Amino acid sequence: MTQAQETALEIRGLRTEFRIGGQWYPAVRDLSLSVAKNETLAIVGESGSGKSVTALSILRLLPQAGARIGAGEIRFDGRNLAQLSEREMSDVRGNSIAMIFQEPMTSLNPTMTVGEQIAEAITIHRKVSRAEAMAEALHLLKEVKIPSAESRLHDYPHQFSGGMRQRVMIAMALACRPKVLLADEPTTALDVTIQAQVLMQLDELKEAYGMSVLFITHNLGVVAQIADRVAVMYAGEIVELAAVDALFAQPTHPYTEALLRAMPRVDRATENLEPIPGGVPAVTAMPPGCAYAPRCPYRQPSCEKDRPELVPLDDTGHLVRCPVRLAKGRG
Amino acid sequence: MTIGAGNGSLEVRNLTKHFTIGGGLFGPERKIVRAVNDVSFTIPKGTSLGLVGESGCGKSTVARSLLRLIEPDAGSVIFDGTDVRAAKGKALRQLRRRMQIVFQDPYSSLNPRRTIRQALEEPLRVHGLGSGKEISEKAEAAIAEVGLSKEVIDRYPHEFSGGQRQRIGIARALVLDPELIVADEPVSALDVSVQAQILRLLENLRERRGLSFLFVSHDLGVVRHFCDRVCVMYLGRIVEQGVTAEVLDRPLHPYTKLLRDSSPVPDPTARLTLTKILGEVPSPADPPPGCTFHPRCPRAAGRCMTAIPALEHGPGRKAACYYPERWPDLQTAEAAV
Amino acid sequence: MAGAVSTSPARPGGLWLAFSKNRLSWVGLVLLAAIILVAIFAPFIAPHDPLEQNIVVRLEPPSAEYLLGTDSYGRDVLSRLIYGTRISLTVGFIAILIAMTIGSTIGILAGYVGGLFDQIVMGLLDVMLSFPTLLLGLMIAAMLGASLENLIIAIAITEIAPFARIARAPTIALKQRDFVEAGRALGFGPVRIMGVHILPNMISDVVVMGSLWMASAIRTEASLSFIGLGVPPPTATWGSMIREGFENILDAWWLAVFPSLAILLTVLALNLLGDALRDAIDPKLRAE
Repeated sequence: MTQAQETALEIRGLRTEFRIGGQWYPAVRDLSLSVAKNETLAIVGESGSGKSVTALSILRLLPQAGARIGAGEIRFDGRNLAQLSEREMSDVRGNSIAMIFQEPMTSLNPTMTVGEQIAEAITIHRKVSRAEAMAEALHLLKEVKIPSAESRLHDYPHQFSGGMRQRVMIAMALACRPKVLLADEPTTALDVTIQAQVLMQLDELKEAYGMSVLFITHNLGVVAQIADRVAVMYAGEIVELAAVDALFAQPTHPYTEALLRAMPRVDRATENLEPIPGGVPAVTAMPPGCAYAPRCPYRQPSCEKDRPELVPLDDTGHLVRCPVRLAKGRG
Repeated sequence: MTIGAGNGSLEVRNLTKHFTIGGGLFGPERKIVRAVNDVSFTIPKGTSLGLVGESGCGKSTVARSLLRLIEPDAGSVIFDGTDVRAAKGKALRQLRRRMQIVFQDPYSSLNPRRTIRQALEEPLRVHGLGSGKEISEKAEAAIAEVGLSKEVIDRYPHEFSGGQRQRIGIARALVLDPELIVADEPVSALDVSVQAQILRLLENLRERRGLSFLFVSHDLGVVRHFCDRVCVMYLGRIVEQGVTAEVLDRPLHPYTKLLRDSSPVPDPTARLTLTKILGEVPSPADPPPGCTFHPRCPRAAGRCMTAIPALEHGPGRKAACYYPERWPDLQTAEAAV
Repeated sequence: MAGAVSTSPARPGGLWLAFSKNRLSWVGLVLLAAIILVAIFAPFIAPHDPLEQNIVVRLEPPSAEYLLGTDSYGRDVLSRLIYGTRISLTVGFIAILIAMTIGSTIGILAGYVGGLFDQIVMGLLDVMLSFPTLLLGLMIAAMLGASLENLIIAIAITEIAPFARIARAPTIALKQRDFVEAGRALGFGPVRIMGVHILPNMISDVVVMGSLWMASAIRTEASLSFIGLGVPPPTATWGSMIREGFENILDAWWLAVFPSLAILLTVLALNLLGDALRDAIDPKLRAE
């Protein structure tokens, strides 16, 4: 990532907390990252890593009661999203920052036609007539390559297959030409051939619309296919951040390494799949020191006491949260 | 009823299952969903066969048909020389002990109202396998075998994580000492790190107990790792069969190639170089005529549109295609026509 | 590898949550408890014998001696009211219990077996449900004759179809669950699956509706007694007391009002309690 690239979205020190049993616990801790213009940043992690919560925090879509942004800034378009009023936020949502989700069936309104929903996404943010909005909706459906778009415009979500619904959701998200697209596991529920189609299409649209994409997934294979840069999350923090080539060529954090060794591959035999022993710590029972230490084969006594910082490995922008591996890497 | 001498293998021949939806006086138009058509395969004792395909291909229906959780319409299922479809009453109960199933969803596979102990002891009681004490010990042994500590046995399912529940589901399947396990997407709902744990557990069990597996999955990487042989299904038919590594490295059928090429690989230097993928999977209620894949196939021509290709024999491989990749014998045969 | 991860609250917590969220549910609970205690300790609470007639003091308004007045036979309204509690609660509870048992069984069978059997049963249930409850009860009570047992049977019959209905729907859903399929794969017979795996997972839904419908049963009992098809005189039941009060409404308002209040309070208590129970098992509430 060159310094000359413009930053579209920047998160600094985000802490998102949930109230459990009367006390506040952080699901995302001190998270900082930036997404450049036209860049695809993938956030990869397993359940409990906090990746979805991060996306929801950006658009302030967390539940009203029981969740809050405890600290940090989300800088977009010269403003701190964390401090905007609800009214100002609804101006941003679907407009300059859009989001697509995993389950298109529950994200689309079953009682409205697809055309109406896309048109609604437009008229909420722009002063155009309904006819103009519908024309734009038709244009968008064609952009996402829905066949027979003219007639499909008047169909209901249940009349579309899973992959098509996902494309409709993408069309809705693109309606106002957002600068940033948040995609929360958009292809996880799709068949693998449909996933390939949707990913390719997302890539093409990103180029055409000049968007940045924040792509959340648990699948390292998908990450390798679409990302420019990758952030690996574990227990609410980023443990490794690197350009995609660097991450796969030189996975430095023990968790990243362990994930890659635990993944079976279709293109070659993986005789020894190495499972990661133990499990993710509960939000309410986070160990002191490094959150991954209890499962880490490289752990030292200091790991259990001192919380490690995210530190550059070299000057390519590759950051790692592991003093043990950093020392090894440099030595 | 026994057919010939058994050798512990499972033989499935021409399995067919159709569902009717709609119909009735006021309902929507009656449609026949051809979920499974003419499916045949063999699982020799102690081996694992993968069944892969996307939604609607019928793999789950095949899996359930083997255990008669869904009754097939036609075809035969012979396990260790015994006709599974014809078994009734006591004979069926005996068969049930030998063939078990592990499910995909760890949150739905256990009765929330029963403790783990109850869930594990129940099958033993129903089949009358031992005294109370023996049953209790067997249940505890099963839990230990799947890597959980004995003290969890008196807890309820909701107290466990997805991975742990999957282990419990496996323990329950093992408690009757089966010989064949039908695993329906057993790791699809789990995180990668947990998935690896469960796969390792299944491998250990396979070795230790000499189990055979029918492993249903949509994840080619997992299938490659676990299964000796694989069947690729599309819209209710097997389109390719063979040794897993060979099928995945040198696919004959265009659909297998498409499936393999679409599966993302954790290697950014090997990005998808798919030729344009046409269309989506048609509905199993409305399959295209001829070869069901032809509307999406880059090589479709002539016969493909009208006649279903048979699963042709090759050296250890089969593919249902008129124009498979690099198959000299068939190509010569074509030229001769 | 051991250790449990407990992230969701156990089921009993739901009940506590529902009660703490809804103050009225406490009212319902306390009220019902009071009514039950009245019924149990009736002989100790009632100031007079409910059957003792005393023509001298007939149709007296509420006084120190007769706190709620007397009826046309000079019997103490309060004592009759107290003993009437026994009838109402007994009839309501037993009728619902019978209806719940029979109805749920039918519902579970229909849901599990499915196919033609299910369609026939549902058709019959629909016929029964299309009768107004009171009319149905009336027909049956009239055929059987007036007595406590027949009253219970009549009311039970009217409530069977609703229970069958609400037992059937969750059965169909549960039938698809993997653990039921696992049971079949493990060789369990249908009786075991229905009784051990399906029933316990839906019984709370049924019981909750049972508590709500008990109120309905008590109202039906009162209505039938009002018409004269209930327990025959001279037993004190709220319905027959209201009937008597109805005849004397202009002269002796207390004869109709107090039994009506008693029914109102009982039905109210059951409804509040039933609502709280229903909230307790509502999965959306439980998730919080």
